[in-house]
This record gives sequence, C-alpha cells and structure tokens, in this order.
Amino acid sequence: MSDYLVLSGILVVIIGFALRMNPLLVVTVAALATGLLGGLDFVAVISAFGAAFNDNRYISVVWIVLPVIGLLERYGLQQRARAVIERIRGATMGRLLLLYLLFRQVTAALGLTSVAGHAQTVRPLVAPMAEAAAEKTHGELAEDKREQVLGMSAATDNIGLFFGEDIFVAIASILLIQGVFQSYGYELTPLQLSVWAIPTAICAFIIHGSRLLWFDKRLGGPGRGRP
Amino acid sequence: MITLTWLYVLAGIAFTAFALLSALDRTNGKRFGNAAFWGLLAASFFFGGYLSDFANGVLVLALVGIAGLGWLGRGDPPTTSLEERLGLSKKFGNALFLPALIIPITAFAGTILYNYTPFGESGLFETRWVTLILLGLGVLLALIVCVIWLKPPLLAPVDEGRRLMDSIGWAAVLPQMLAALGAVFALAGVGDVIGGIAGGVIPDGNVFVAVLIFCIGMALFTMIMGNAFAAFPVMAAAIGIPFLVIDYGGNPAIIGAIGMLAGFCGTLMTPMAANFNIVPAALLELKSQYGVIRMQVATAIPLLVCNILLIYFLAF
Repeated sequence: MSDYLVLSGILVVIIGFALRMNPLLVVTVAALATGLLGGLDFVAVISAFGAAFNDNRYISVVWIVLPVIGLLERYGLQQRARAVIERIRGATMGRLLLLYLLFRQVTAALGLTSVAGHAQTVRPLVAPMAEAAAEKTHGELAEDKREQVLGMSAATDNIGLFFGEDIFVAIASILLIQGVFQSYGYELTPLQLSVWAIPTAICAFIIHGSRLLWFDKRLGGPGRGRP
Repeated sequence: MITLTWLYVLAGIAFTAFALLSALDRTNGKRFGNAAFWGLLAASFFFGGYLSDFANGVLVLALVGIAGLGWLGRGDPPTTSLEERLGLSKKFGNALFLPALIIPITAFAGTILYNYTPFGESGLFETRWVTLILLGLGVLLALIVCVIWLKPPLLAPVDEGRRLMDSIGWAAVLPQMLAALGAVFALAGVGDVIGGIAGGVIPDGNVFVAVLIFCIGMALFTMIMGNAFAAFPVMAAAIGIPFLVIDYGGNPAIIGAIGMLAGFCGTLMTPMAANFNIVPAALLELKSQYGVIRMQVATAIPLLVCNILLIYFLAF
C-alpha cells in the first residue's frame, strides 16, 4: 500500500489543475509531496527539483526571439501578414493551415524542428493569416469563433511537429526507443524505427487535414455569397 | 567552440534587460514583482551552472512564490497604435517578412550546412545543440537588421520583448518546471508503480486487449507526466516488451515506434504539456488557457485509435 503513496503527487496535479490554481504552485506542491512520501528528506527534494530545473534551462531559451517578433509587430508585421492573405484569391483558413501542416510535418521529418514554432511563426505569421483568411470568406468573426481559429493555428503547429519529427532518424524520441529496447537485448537501428513513424504521420495528415477543411465549412457566416 | 552556455548568456542578458525596464515601468503597479521574476530567471541563466542543486531549488521556490502570491503584473511600454501599424505595414510592405524569416532560415540552412558539408568538421558549434545555437544566431542577425533598417527608439526591442514576455507571464517557466517535476517523479519511483498497475490488468491470451491497454496506457501516462518520454520506458517495461514482444511475438520496431506516437496523442490532450498547449494560449492571448487543447482533442482521439489498429495489424 505504501507504494501507492508516491502517486499522491499525481492527485495533487489533477486536483490543482481542476481547481485552476496557479500551475507553478501546483507543480511545486506535487513535487514536494511526491519526494517526501517517496522517502526523500526535504533538502534532497528541493535539491533534486533545483537540479532538474537547471538541467532543463534550454527549454526557456526560445524566449530570446521575443524582442525581434515584438519589434516587427511594432512596425506592422501582423497587419502585413493579413494583407497578403486578403489579396490571394481562393485562400481559405482551412487550405492555409493545411499547407502549414504539410510544411511543419515535412521540415520536422528532415530534423528541422526549431525552424517554426509558436513564438517564431504561429504568433507573428500563421495566426494572423488564418484569422484574415477566415474573415475573408466568412465575414467578421464572433469572439468564440476567433478563439477557435487562433487555437486551431497553434494546434496545427503541434500536430505537424509531433507527427513529423519521429520520421527523422536522429531525434531524441527515436534514440530513447532504441535505448529502451537495447536494455532488454533487442538491437534496433534508428532507421528501422523511424520508417514505422510514417503510417501514423499519414493518418495524422488525413485526420487533421480533413478537420481543417471541414472547419472552413462549419464557420459558415456569409459563405453563401462567396466570391 | 560555441556551446549552449553562450546561448544561456544571451538569454541572461535578455532577461536582465526585461527585469531592469520592468523595475522602471510606473504603468505597472506590480513592477517590482515582474523585475524580481525576470531577474531571478536571468540569474538562473547566468549562474545556474555554478550554483549548488539546493541553491537552484531555492531559486525555483522564489520564482513560484512570486507567481503564486500574484505579484506578477503586466507592463504597458509605449508602442505604436493599430492605425499607425496599418500605415507602417503599407510603408514597409512585404519586406517586413524578411527579418522574421532570417531566424528560421538561419536555423534551417545553417543546420543543413553544418551536417552535410565540411563546415561541420570545423567543430564551431556544440553538435547536440546546433539548431538551437543557430536560432540564437538568427535572432541576433534579425535584431541587427531591424535596428539598422527600421531605426526604432533605442529601448524599443527590449520594451516590445517585455510586452510579449509579460503577456505570457509565469507560463514562460511552466514547461521547465514540469520537466523538473518529471525528474522528481522518476526519483520517487512513480513510473514503477504505474507500470505495475497497468501490467496487472492485462488479461491472458488476448493480443488486441493487450495492444489496447499498451496504447491507452501510453496516452494516459503521458497526459499525467506531460511528455511521452517519461511514459515510454515505463509502459515498454510493463507491457510492451514482456507481453507484446515476448509472449505474443510482436515486431519490436513497430511496437516501439508506434507506441511512442500513441503517447504523443496524449501530449495533445494535457495541460501538463505546457510548452505546446498552455504557453501558445497565452502567447495568442486566448481567453481560455485550454483554447489550444480543445482544438486538438478531436484529432488526438481518432489518431490514437489509428495507432492501436496500426500496431495490431502491422506488428502481429
């Protein structure tokens, strides 16, 4: 039974997120609870938490792009992105995001996972373009529809990245799979693993791509009098 | 050799600038909270490698304390109005895209050149971090081009960066915190307990049910941990290898590769994967912090079903 005590941290996380408490606080309390109930003393838990935080600093390095993005927005980058889309005939939000999905999957499959992302491409370019395309075909967007269009832009970036990157042989997750199987005596090459990421990548493109095109239809609005 | 540490210094400089201008920003009633938060992050980037683990832990607790007590506000640095931006966008035209594209193109072309030409033998960059280092280089290049071309006020890059940084707020460090939580979970043996539970519910002799539990277990455990990397070794050890590969003779490459992707379906559905799901909601200034997850669920669930069927039909 005492084994199950270490799961209390998971409970803290679920309850904390459900009650919408500050996630940083929730995560810290969960870490302390798990560590203490798992038999570590207070100093050891804080040290483990601090060491892991320090080892993962590379995750937060990406914020250095913000001054460039902010500066370009000051000079009208988002308005420019919208203007370009408004001029392209036949550009709809669904088709635009479908193209971005393909771009993200293909570049990720080539190992280029950091060329795009939420700070680098979604906020300054993809989201305003998708919004402009949606307004072009469907007229002014209600607030909840607008949120959905922006949310879908970020979602498309994630899905393209996740279901493209494993096709690249030298990505961390492929190396992890290889390592785990190796420790049980199964010798697999990265190439052997990465080719089996292709069927799921195709399924992801079909499923999410259809949803994007369908989302165009669902937005409705003055689509009847489409130019 | 240019290493990740150089990039940390660059990030440290950026966060120091955010902290200093935050402290001087009288439009923000909580300006000292912001200054302390970004200042601590700058300290982490500069000195984290030299501090003891415990000192780093105390630094994290201080960050959490500032955020948890609600001491973070939002600065409102001077910027251009929407009308001005429309005018500027006409004035500068499509050339505005070029500086934005410098960053991805530097990362893209640089990585290719470094990996496939003799340039890579120069050993200029730390191999593991080539793309990230090139991203940093791209940021510097783009910044120089912008300053020369657009001639913004001296502090505008910091102020504009700070505006976006404040709109993201504490969510900016959540991904890093969750990675740290994962490490504590691993230390306390959470994975072994979960794996034991999952392994215990497998019925005898039914391949399909075993595949089902393996994939759903991957997705659920990924949702709890926030990333599939933590879930995979546990589920592979509890179900993937003993049941699917050894007992039922499944193909290990297919089970491994697609099992991991079943976990990625879980990543799409959890606030614990903050850098993919919560941070972009803040970055796009959505009303609901779950606005991105909501749009992903209808892709994630059918795709999880696909993964279950793919393993069942391809691996056996």
